[in-house]
Formats: sequence, C-alpha cells, structure tokens
Amino acid sequence: MPPFRPPISGGRHEACRAGREAGMLKVSAIHAGYGPVQVLSGLSLEVSEGEVLCLMGRNGAGKTTLLRAIMGLIPVTDGEVMLDGEAISRLPAHEVPKRGVGLVPQGRRLFGDLTVAENLEVGLMTRGRGARVREHVLTLFPRLRERLGQVSRTLSGGEQQMLAIARALCLEPKVLLLDEPTEGLQPSMIALIRDTVRDLKATGVATILIEQRVDVALSVADRIGFVSAGKVAEVAEATALTVAAPQFQTYVGV
Amino acid sequence: MRDRALLSHLGLVAVLMAAHWMLPAYHHDAVAKVLVLSVYAMGYNIAFGYTGMLSLGHALFFAAGLYGAAMPLTLWGWTGGPALAAGLVAATVLAAAVGLLALRTRGVSFMIVTLMFAQAGYLTILYLGRWTRGDEGIVIAQPLRRIMGLDLSDGATRYLAALLLFVLGLLACLHLVRSPFGRVMVAMRENEERARMLGYNPFTVKLAALTLSGLYSGAAGAAYALMFGYAGASLAGVQYSILPMLWVLLGGAGTVAGPFLGCLLMFYLIDYASVITSATLLVVGVALVALVLFAPKGALGALRDRLGKEGRAWLP
Repeated sequence: MPPFRPPISGGRHEACRAGREAGMLKVSAIHAGYGPVQVLSGLSLEVSEGEVLCLMGRNGAGKTTLLRAIMGLIPVTDGEVMLDGEAISRLPAHEVPKRGVGLVPQGRRLFGDLTVAENLEVGLMTRGRGARVREHVLTLFPRLRERLGQVSRTLSGGEQQMLAIARALCLEPKVLLLDEPTEGLQPSMIALIRDTVRDLKATGVATILIEQRVDVALSVADRIGFVSAGKVAEVAEATALTVAAPQFQTYVGV
Repeated sequence: MRDRALLSHLGLVAVLMAAHWMLPAYHHDAVAKVLVLSVYAMGYNIAFGYTGMLSLGHALFFAAGLYGAAMPLTLWGWTGGPALAAGLVAATVLAAAVGLLALRTRGVSFMIVTLMFAQAGYLTILYLGRWTRGDEGIVIAQPLRRIMGLDLSDGATRYLAALLLFVLGLLACLHLVRSPFGRVMVAMRENEERARMLGYNPFTVKLAALTLSGLYSGAAGAAYALMFGYAGASLAGVQYSILPMLWVLLGGAGTVAGPFLGCLLMFYLIDYASVITSATLLVVGVALVALVLFAPKGALGALRDRLGKEGRAWLP
C-alpha cells in the first residue's frame, strides 16, 4: 500500500513556487574520494525537475561524499556532474551554489554566532536575493520569523534544521541536496521537514535526499537509490516498495 | 534611540571627550597613545576577531604606515597630510600583497608565513639603515609634525587628533561589522566550508578583510609617527605583532570596542606593574592566564554573553 501523502497547503506551496527556476542534475560515472581513498567508483544518477530522489545505504557507502563531490568540496577525479546541461564538476566550490545547487549538510552546520536573520542574510547575498525571497522562506518556516533576533546556536535542534534548510533555500536552488535532515529530530519536526520536501517538489525543485528512515523515504521520494560501495547499486520507484522490501535489508540493514 | 550599538559607542566617545578636560597631563598623553594604538588593535580585530585570521605579522603593516609617513617627512620634505596618506597607501598595498601570498595557507601555516613576512620587514628596516636609521630610528622634528596647520606635538591637539582618528576608526568598524560584508566575515570565521557552500570565495573575502586590516594598522602607524615623532625598528618587531593580539584578546575579540579596552587595560597594567617590578611581562602573563581561565572571550566578550540578547544589541 503506497504511503499516505497529504495535500499541499496553498500558502507554503505558493511560497515555494515564487522565483524558482527549472533544473536537472545528472551525475555520470564519477570517481571521487579523500586523497588516496577512493569512495565513489563510477557513481551515476539523475534527478529531474520536481523529482525527489532518496539515497539510502549503509554508513561509508559514499552518500555524503557524493553530495560533497556535487558541491565541488572534494575533487571529482573522473566522470562529470552536469546541471542543466552545464558541466559543474570542475568549477570552484563557491561557484556551484551560484549555479543553483543548495546543500543542507548533515548536522545543520549553521553560523552559530550569527542570529537567525543574519544566517538568512548570508544566504541571500550570494545570488543578490532580497526581501522577496526572505519573505518566502519565512512563510515556509513561520517559527523562524519568531526567532529572527535569536543567536542560531541557541535554537532547538528542529529549529536549527529549519534554519539550515531555509538558508539553502535563500539561494533559490534548482537542485537541493539534503543530507539526513531528519536525524535526531522529534516526530513533529520530521513531519514538518517532510512537508517542506513535498512542497519544494511541487514547485519543481529537484531534490536529492539522503535518509536513513524508511518511512520518511517512502513518503516523500519518487525514486529510491540504494548506494553501496561507491555506486548506485539499484534504483526503484518508491511506489513499488514497501517497508518490508528486501532492498532495505540488503542495502540499509533495516 | 533604537540603535543601541551606536548609542553605546557614542557614549564611549563622549567619555573620552570629557577625559580631554579632566585627565592630568601624564594620563592625557598616555590615553592619546592608547587611542592611536587602539586603531591598530581594531585593524587586528577585523582580521582576527571577525574573520578568524590569526596573524603574527601585523607589525609589518603598522611599520609600513609608520615609515611610510616618517620617511617622506624627513627625507623628502613632504608635509604632514601627504605623508599620512603615503603611510596609509604603503600599509594597504603591503597588506594586499602579503594577503595574496599568505592566504594560500591556513591556520598555523598562515601564522608562520605572516610572522616570516614581518620578520623580513623588520630585517629590511635594519638593513636599509641609511634611510631608516636602523635601531636608532627616525626622530621627527617638531616643525614637521603638523597637519592642516595643527601642531601635533602639542599635547591637547595631539589628544584631539588621536580621538578623531579613533572615532573614525570606531564608527567605520561598527558600520563594517553590521554590514552584509561584516556578516560574511563572521561566517568565514565560523566555518570557511559552510561559507563556500553558500557561494562565497574565502580567498576573496579574507583578502578584502586583511587589506582593510592593513589600512587600519597603517593609519595607526602613520598617525603614531606624526603624533609622537618617532619611527623605530623596535615598533616593527615581533612584539608589536603579538601586542595587538593580546589587546584584542583582553578586551574581547569580535567586539568593536574591545580592542580599545584591551589596549587601555594592558597599558595601565604594565604601567602600574613597572612601579612594583621590572618583570612587567610576568604580570602581563599572569593577567592573561587569569583571562583564559575566567573570561576566555575577553572583558567585553564576557559582558556581552552575560547580557544575552541585549548584549548583542549594545556590543556588536
């Protein structure tokens, strides 16, 4: 039985839609790693406009390394990453976000000494975005509006995650990379993150989501890719999978 | 008044203005010197306190301002204004040039590279003794220490000129740290990789901050030469690279007024300690150990934390 997908609320939906551009990411047989340690060995995948591709796999399979390679934070030694037909894998890391790729890293990683408003401001300035995008982001996460003057390191875990996503959305990304956004969050926050991913999907943002929770993956993803030993070993339509599907046991160990 | 940060810093300026009429001669001169050196510390704070670049070579920029002003005055007969400008330009250009090379490194390597640059500058000053007068230094005669008709060798004029420089530096720094670029500087200090993920080039941001830091250091150096009439190699030594770091740490790294407070506290700590003992550095060392133990964020940093949200509003 496919997971229940609640309807998207109008305000959040519209907020996501505003100012968005279409985008698609294609990763072709990339090799990348840390110095002599090769983590990705010819990994390929593709995510289209408005699609959520969830990546699952055991620790060390190469999921986070893939996101770092897409962002240019580690060198791609072979293969290519294409965004809307443009090769981005040889660009300096600071150029990739300007092309429209946003990353929400694992563990939130905010600028802890800056307030919520200042964190958003830093996100907005890169692509010269202003009040309109800020307003849209705050419509998505009304709780952040109440915390604008608060130093971000004093936020709760869920609020920090909201801010991390909001900051990435300030770039108005065509492609959003989310690295375990529900890690360590309470159920209500997980539901909020899930709704946000759905809303972004509805507005055409292509999303790569790294997730360890099977229920979350099944409820938001269009496709699920199973990463093993630096490659995408198998890709399945989310609607074709259930919690008891053997792939979860084989590749994730749950 | 909604702008509490501006209010608190204008309050400090008002106190310093009042001190002009209230301080006895000795302290009047001492505070004038502290004001000039505070501008140097503010420059260091832009690089270290806000952007996270731990430099051990800022004496090079201070000395560039110092000699950049002193040499045209004494060797080529320039007047005060152009000499001051020459000092500023020399320090700013040198900071940009050093940044272009040193910012290819990070962390400990950056410290060592900047230290090496400063030592090279120090040795160059000694080597070019024919013009710089080496260890002896350049003494600038009183008639040369004039700017726009004002005699900077006069105590009262010097204090007001030092205060003007300090106010300009303070308000510019306050504006900088609250500007979008100021946020990016802090983002860079917090984590370069995170900032890069948002599309910022760390090299460009840090180069701009270091150049600005050099401008402040040079302004302080050039003003020091004109106001106190001396440019010596001792002011270019490694001690003058470490001192601004200590002032900033003592007053509060990443606070606008912290460098002034740190400079003032350390000046008087050494001054009073010298009455009791010749081992003044030992007293300074004890003070720093106490600081690390009880207020690792410095005096104003600790106060800002204690005041919570209000602290950030009053003491950016």
